[in-house]
This record gives sequence, structure tokens and C-alpha cells, in this order.
Amino acid sequence: MAKTPVQFRLNGADKAVFVDGGENLLNALRRGIGDMSAKFGCGQGTCGVCTVLIDGEPRLACLTLAETCAGRTIETALGLAEGPNLKPLQEAFMERFAAQCGFCTSGMLMAAKALLDRNPSPTREDVAEAISGNICRCTGYEPIIDAILDAASKRGGQPSGEQGRARI
Amino acid sequence: MTVQVKTFGSLSEAAAALASDRAARFFSGGTLLMRAINEGDQTIATLVRVTDPSYCQIRNEGARIAIGAGVRMVDILASRDLAFLHPVARVVGGPAVRAMATVGGNLFAPSPYGDLAAALLALEAMVMVQGSYGGPQQVPLEQFLSGRERSGSLVLAVSVPRPGPDAFRFRKAARVRPKGVSVISIAAHLPLAGGRIAGARIAYGAMAPTPIRARAVERTLEGRSLDAAGIAPALAVAAEGTSPATDALASAWYRREVAAIHLRRLLLGEG
Repeated sequence: MAKTPVQFRLNGADKAVFVDGGENLLNALRRGIGDMSAKFGCGQGTCGVCTVLIDGEPRLACLTLAETCAGRTIETALGLAEGPNLKPLQEAFMERFAAQCGFCTSGMLMAAKALLDRNPSPTREDVAEAISGNICRCTGYEPIIDAILDAASKRGGQPSGEQGRARI
Repeated sequence: MTVQVKTFGSLSEAAAALASDRAARFFSGGTLLMRAINEGDQTIATLVRVTDPSYCQIRNEGARIAIGAGVRMVDILASRDLAFLHPVARVVGGPAVRAMATVGGNLFAPSPYGDLAAALLALEAMVMVQGSYGGPQQVPLEQFLSGRERSGSLVLAVSVPRPGPDAFRFRKAARVRPKGVSVISIAAHLPLAGGRIAGARIAYGAMAPTPIRARAVERTLEGRSLDAAGIAPALAVAAEGTSPATDALASAWYRREVAAIHLRRLLLGEG
């Protein structure tokens, strides 16, 4: 069957990829484009390791039909760091030992970014809610919640918006 | 096998495409269908999508509110008119699922999913469907749910009456917080007349293959007061008419056993 071309913006750059009918966004990112930062976990929308942002909203790439992403803006964990320079959110994860095996980390980072972009000073409860769709089997979640709260306080009441976004 | 994706600009074209192809499924939020496709479901040959903006609109219609089938959980949470449904939409999945899952899709969610459908059932929602010919038709949600697997028609919207203040209540029992799948969910519409319950509507999620009305409970609540003594007879028949599944979350026995406890907590407003 013919492939369908899909164009979207990925981490600030225009991308085009050919997708099969019914192909999910996770496959299109990993196999089509080579962005391996979103992981394949369950393929059922249960584990959250494939969490990406589409037009700023957290989405599960494994449940997103790739064709529906034409013209949208997609952000993955690959877009967080600039070369060797990590963003404060990533540094907070490192400082707080919020990653052990690391498999859930890219999804956790994107779920956290979605929260902090919208709510720069979240409560502990807000953070638990924001990562409630992301399963971690190593840390027991507490170090992850601490890291996200640290990243929020380091931003220090910065109003959300483009400037706040750039710093995360 | 790959599937063919057909996107239409209007609801009537999409409904015609859906009705003309037995292997076609309507694609709304994707949280149910993409799971099946990712698992290699060979029965899905065509996905029908629609870009008609009315599919995703929330419209005020006097005493009722029409919710487009493409309205997502996050859209409900952003709507002041739908504040009575916020406690329901808030406990569906995690944030990413809520940004994808739609009202129309929830009507097809297999047990133990479908908390929103249970809430809509207690509100006696009407489902607006479009078949292959003729105009849209309204079907009571209960009737729609009993034949949902073979309907072949497109769900356009769901219409609910605006409940009175504090007349609508919802409770979901899950093993994990904040995000967990239902052991049981209960929705109650409890209009009061002179301090007595008049026309109660109670619906359960995860207590049968589809959300169901708890008719024995409704009958027993009629004319009673909303206190421990008043609801006692209703609690005694809480599990009547239910046929829950045994799954990884709970056994059928357990679900029937705890139904009265959660019903009591919901009716008395206990934590």
C-alpha cells in the first residue's frame, strides 16, 4: 500500500517522513526520522514512556496516528538539551537521582515539561498528577517528584510562556 | 497489514463511508483503536476520520448541553458549562490520555473502562447518531450501549440535561492513585423534592460488560431521605442486576461485595 507523506515541526526543525496507513507516531519518530528519545514500552497507552508534546500538550506517541500530526509542532526529549548542555529540568533529574535504569526518563521529562510550561509553581500533588500516566519501576517516584519541584523552584516564579519555555 | 486512513470534511460523508465498509472503524481519539492496531488486529482495514469542527463543539441548548463526540476529556475540564462532569473527566487516564480520549470513544470503551459513559448514563444522556441515509437520530444512551458493537452508525454528539446544583455525584474506586482503572465507578443523579429523593438515576461502571443503570437501587431510593436510615434499603440491593468481570484488578465477587460500600460513601458524601 502506498505510503503517505507527513510534514511536521520536530524540536524546532521542519521534518518530513513517509508513513504507512495506521502507523503510529512513535514508529514514525524512531524508524522514520531516527529520533530514539521516545521509547516503546507497552504500545497500549499504559506506561507513558512514549510521551511527547504535540502543540504543547502531552500525548502518547504509540496511540497517535502519525497522519494526524501533519502541520503540528512536536517536542521530544531529544530537543531538551543543546549538545552537551542539559536544561535545568534534566540537571534536576541528575542531581536528585531521578533516573535509575532510565527507560521511563524521557517520558517523565516530557510529562514534567508539559506541567511546568503550564504551571510554573506546581504543588507536590500537581506533580504527582502530571506524571500519573508514566510508570517508573525503579525510583518509587519520590526522587522524580523532588527533581521536578527543584526544577520549578530554580525557574523561580518565571512567568510561563516563550521565555519560560526556553529555559526548561 | 496496513490500514487505509480516509479523512472527510463533513460528518455525513464520514457516516456514509463508515456504513459502506464493514471493515471500517471510526477513528476519534485513538486511545482504543490504536491499541488494537498496535496489537495487530487484522479486522480493521479502514480508519474513517472527520475534520468537521462541529464534531468537537460543546453547545448550550437551553436546559440541555450537547457535547460533540470529538470533545476530549481536557476540553470538558476547560468548559465551565460542563463543571458537573469535571470530577469524572479528571479521573479518566493520565494527562496524555485525557488530551486524546474523546466523549464518543468513551461510549465504546470496554469494561472496566468507560467511567464517563457511566456518568452520562446517570444523566440519561441522548446519543445523536448518523446512519448511512436520512438525518441524525437521537437514541437513549442505555439503548445505544446495548447495541454498540453492531451499530454501524456514527456518533455525532451526546446531549445531557444540566443537573441542579449538587444533584449530580460521581465516585470512582481504583487501586492506584491518582491514576487507576476502576474497580467500580458510580454516578448518581439525585434530584430532591421537599428533602426527599425524586427520580434518582444511578449508574455503575465496571459492573457489567457496559455501564449499567442500577434500577433496584433507583426504585428503593424513591421518596427516601438522603441519610443513613433513608438509604439503608437501597444499599441492601446495591449489587442487584450487576454482572461484573473478574480481571487483574478485582474479582467479580469483590466488585459485588464492595458496591454497597462505595454507594453509601457516594450517597452520604463520605470521603
